[in-house]
Amino acid sequence: MDRRLIIEHIPRLRRYARALVGDRYVADDLVQDTLERAWNKFYLWRPGSDLRAWLFTIMHNVFVNQARRRRYEIEQAMDELPAIAVRATQGEQLELQDVDRVLRSLPVEQREVVLLVAVEQLTYEEVSCALDIPIGTVMSRLSRARERMRQLLGGQAVMPLKVVK
Amino acid sequence: MKSLTEAELHTYIDGALSESARAEIETWLASHPEDAERLRAYAEQNALLRSFYSPVLDEPVPAALLAVRPRVWRRYAAAAAIFALGIGLGWMIRGMFITPQILPVSLARLAATAHVVYSPEVRHPVEVAASEEEHLVGWLSKRLGTTLKAPKLAPLGYELVGGRLLSGPQGPVAHFMYQDGRGQRLTLYVSRQRGEPRDTAFRFSQEDRVSVFYWVDGNFGYALSGEIKREQLLQVAEVVYKQLNP
Repeated sequence: MDRRLIIEHIPRLRRYARALVGDRYVADDLVQDTLERAWNKFYLWRPGSDLRAWLFTIMHNVFVNQARRRRYEIEQAMDELPAIAVRATQGEQLELQDVDRVLRSLPVEQREVVLLVAVEQLTYEEVSCALDIPIGTVMSRLSRARERMRQLLGGQAVMPLKVVK
Repeated sequence: MKSLTEAELHTYIDGALSESARAEIETWLASHPEDAERLRAYAEQNALLRSFYSPVLDEPVPAALLAVRPRVWRRYAAAAAIFALGIGLGWMIRGMFITPQILPVSLARLAATAHVVYSPEVRHPVEVAASEEEHLVGWLSKRLGTTLKAPKLAPLGYELVGGRLLSGPQGPVAHFMYQDGRGQRLTLYVSRQRGEPRDTAFRFSQEDRVSVFYWVDGNFGYALSGEIKREQLLQVAEVVYKQLNP
């Protein structure tokens, strides 16, 4: 078993975890739990298949399990989020921070999809595999998330969306 | 022109389109400015998200993450279970309410704080000295509601100084102190963990000058702290772990 195979993915796992949970230490704990699990289940990985997508799958499962255990904390955190649109008017730095706040205001299912598509640049099929949801669900979550972010970032009027199936 | 689906529009900004598909979408967008504006905003979101989070890629990877290894300790799981089973209180509390779990990271911080507070003590480093080890261990075991052991670290040069009872966020904490010939002190912090019993591998945290190896085993969290090098501390931590899980 080659440790380097997994180790080279750590920076990206950290980026995804940080974006997903926000706090640096909580995120690194999530990465650590993911790595432990990956090591213990490494025999399940099929050589030749995409290791990175497999690691994201594991991280998703670890995250969901932890979130279930820590639902109370997460709900509390959600209560503290701003419900109003943030207008980015003061230059790029502000916009960058806004994008984080807005992302954090999304339901976690939508946040995962947006991050995997937009930041990690997984294909829709890979996201569907990693999160174990049908591709139609990937698309509808992505669509809802992007539209909600657009409204919050730009303060746009609500635009009716076509139903995606 | 056939109407494009929402999904097709998204593929335009997420890549991997054939030339013809791309051209088809561009034709559509030319006559649907609202869709074009929406896609522009989505593409901008992609760029903003990437620039906000990508600096993480350039951060040095914490050593604790590089140190994660396949666990070889599973074979001790049965022994660890005995540790977790000698508990009355835990069973009563289990499942009664949902409590946020104390994060292992804060376990390390609490332990490091206790280390910093008590290890410089000259006259009163402990409440009960090692000369009364049996009494000490019996007392702390009773307060934590489990059968504790004070690991024997003499082969590594550390003698038990004694121990004390501390108050932690999860209730009573057992705190053992060791010292080597040069007066270098190590402390072992043992606290009950709320929530489901679980196991973690060793984790390392550097809390200012204090190095901490910590782990959760069933319902208990353990943290070994000392102002010594990580490798030396790890050696001790492994011995502690093995003695607690024979």
